[in-house]
Amino acid sequence: MRRENVDVLIIGGGAAGLAAAIEAKKFGVKTLLLERDRSTGGVLNQCIHNGFGLHVFKAELTGPEFMEKLWEELGNLDEVIRNNYTVLKIDPEKKEVITLSEEGIVVFKPKALIMATGARERPLNSLRIPGSRVAGVFTAGVAQKMVNIYNRLPGNRVLIVGSGDIGLIMARRLKIEGMDVVGVVEIMPEPGGLIRNVVQCLDDFNIPLWLSHTVFKIHGKERLEGVTIGKVDENFKPIPGTERFLEVDTLVASVGLIPQNELIEDFVEMDAINRGPVVDDLMRTSVEWIFAAGNNVAIHDLVDFVYEEGKIAGENAAKYVLGEKLPEVKYRFERGDNVGVLLPQKFTGSQPFKMYVRSRKSLEKSAISFSGRTIRKFNWKIRPSEMIDLVVKNFEGLPKEILVEVNQID
Amino acid sequence: MIKKLTCISCPIGCELSVSLDESGKILKIEGNRCPRGKEYAITEITNPQRILPISVKVEDGEMELVSAKTDKPVPKKKMYEIIEYIKKLKVKAPVKRGDLIVEDILGTGANLIATRTVNKKS
Repeated sequence: MRRENVDVLIIGGGAAGLAAAIEAKKFGVKTLLLERDRSTGGVLNQCIHNGFGLHVFKAELTGPEFMEKLWEELGNLDEVIRNNYTVLKIDPEKKEVITLSEEGIVVFKPKALIMATGARERPLNSLRIPGSRVAGVFTAGVAQKMVNIYNRLPGNRVLIVGSGDIGLIMARRLKIEGMDVVGVVEIMPEPGGLIRNVVQCLDDFNIPLWLSHTVFKIHGKERLEGVTIGKVDENFKPIPGTERFLEVDTLVASVGLIPQNELIEDFVEMDAINRGPVVDDLMRTSVEWIFAAGNNVAIHDLVDFVYEEGKIAGENAAKYVLGEKLPEVKYRFERGDNVGVLLPQKFTGSQPFKMYVRSRKSLEKSAISFSGRTIRKFNWKIRPSEMIDLVVKNFEGLPKEILVEVNQID
Repeated sequence: MIKKLTCISCPIGCELSVSLDESGKILKIEGNRCPRGKEYAITEITNPQRILPISVKVEDGEMELVSAKTDKPVPKKKMYEIIEYIKKLKVKAPVKRGDLIVEDILGTGANLIATRTVNKKS
């Protein structure tokens, strides 16, 4: 067993972790990034579609391009990045991070820690669909990795379950690669992903989208042979008589992402709705030396936002290590009407910051308010699937506990 | 006639309504939050175009595939023809991000460029 002291330690080499490393390094502190895969980049590696970087690079990039730009920004990768390191445990008392890698157990002793562990996919099994657990059922990310990295098709005829962005992107991708994509079922009455992806991934390729539909039954013994789909009512109960059999050998499920927080959830204050740690505008968690950024904090829509968060975490972790006195938290948000995902949950009021909110419902015209005071109006339709981002800069007269609401306006 | 479109220029996805006369001429475009929405509506009505993200087979690479894209939008009606053409291609490692794979693909004026680096197999 080897021990290593480090100033800023980052867990996870996706967009948030890389951005945090770029920023922390600028302050001249000893920065290390641990990645469990063979190389960094995270899901950007396999997201070969365009649509990344509009905010950060003012260009529409593909995932690998965005990733390589971060590598270039970071400079000498070997100095900062340790690939093939898995974190087993974080000891909050001893402030130690225990890892496993090719060199065995290594215990890192960081002055500050940044959690950038991202999210994982929710499996189809969690939907408890009747039928055997046959081969041919994949999550969208796994199918994406097979097709885009390993050059393997998961099957011949596929139904996509769930219309999240990855599901829509994969419908197009599998169609382009020659699979017969019979359609996409979505249990909700509205698509889960961005409308632009419904247009360019489904409509462009004549792939049907069945809303308020789900898989009732999985057929087959060893390999998937088909599925029964049908319509559901407003309580998501199957409507008898709407069943339809689809002959498919592959199911690709895009049914949500789960922030990964097993390493910290026992000793860091968690937000049950975000399913991530409670953070402030400096991306500090409730534990002084631990920061967090990216999809482990809450599921974001855009990698650009994840990158910006990573930079904030990197900057403040470095300042903390250098002994700079960081401002204290003064304000706390509380969720009111119609507010789902929300971050940060508290803030210092020392500088303008970006806030992210998901509405629980689709609203034609709406306004976001802080304890009754309108902060911003939206003259366009907002949806749960599209995160609202706004800059908060006017702190005058704000109460310490701020009730955030999103309401329909005329 | 009013045609409803969703702008796909960025993830915001503005809902556009385009007023057309009987001959299909555009009279008015509403609902866009930036100038790109207007541009999108015009091309979408006259000649819809898309950037095509795809992958190309690699020989002797540390990966079997290199991701690629057209550097300009290509006509939607030529999409399948372009896909079939690209599927038959093979490039030799090493490939660098930005490398030109095909110039002026099928006369569209768009180039196919690599979007990642694939080193030679060691």
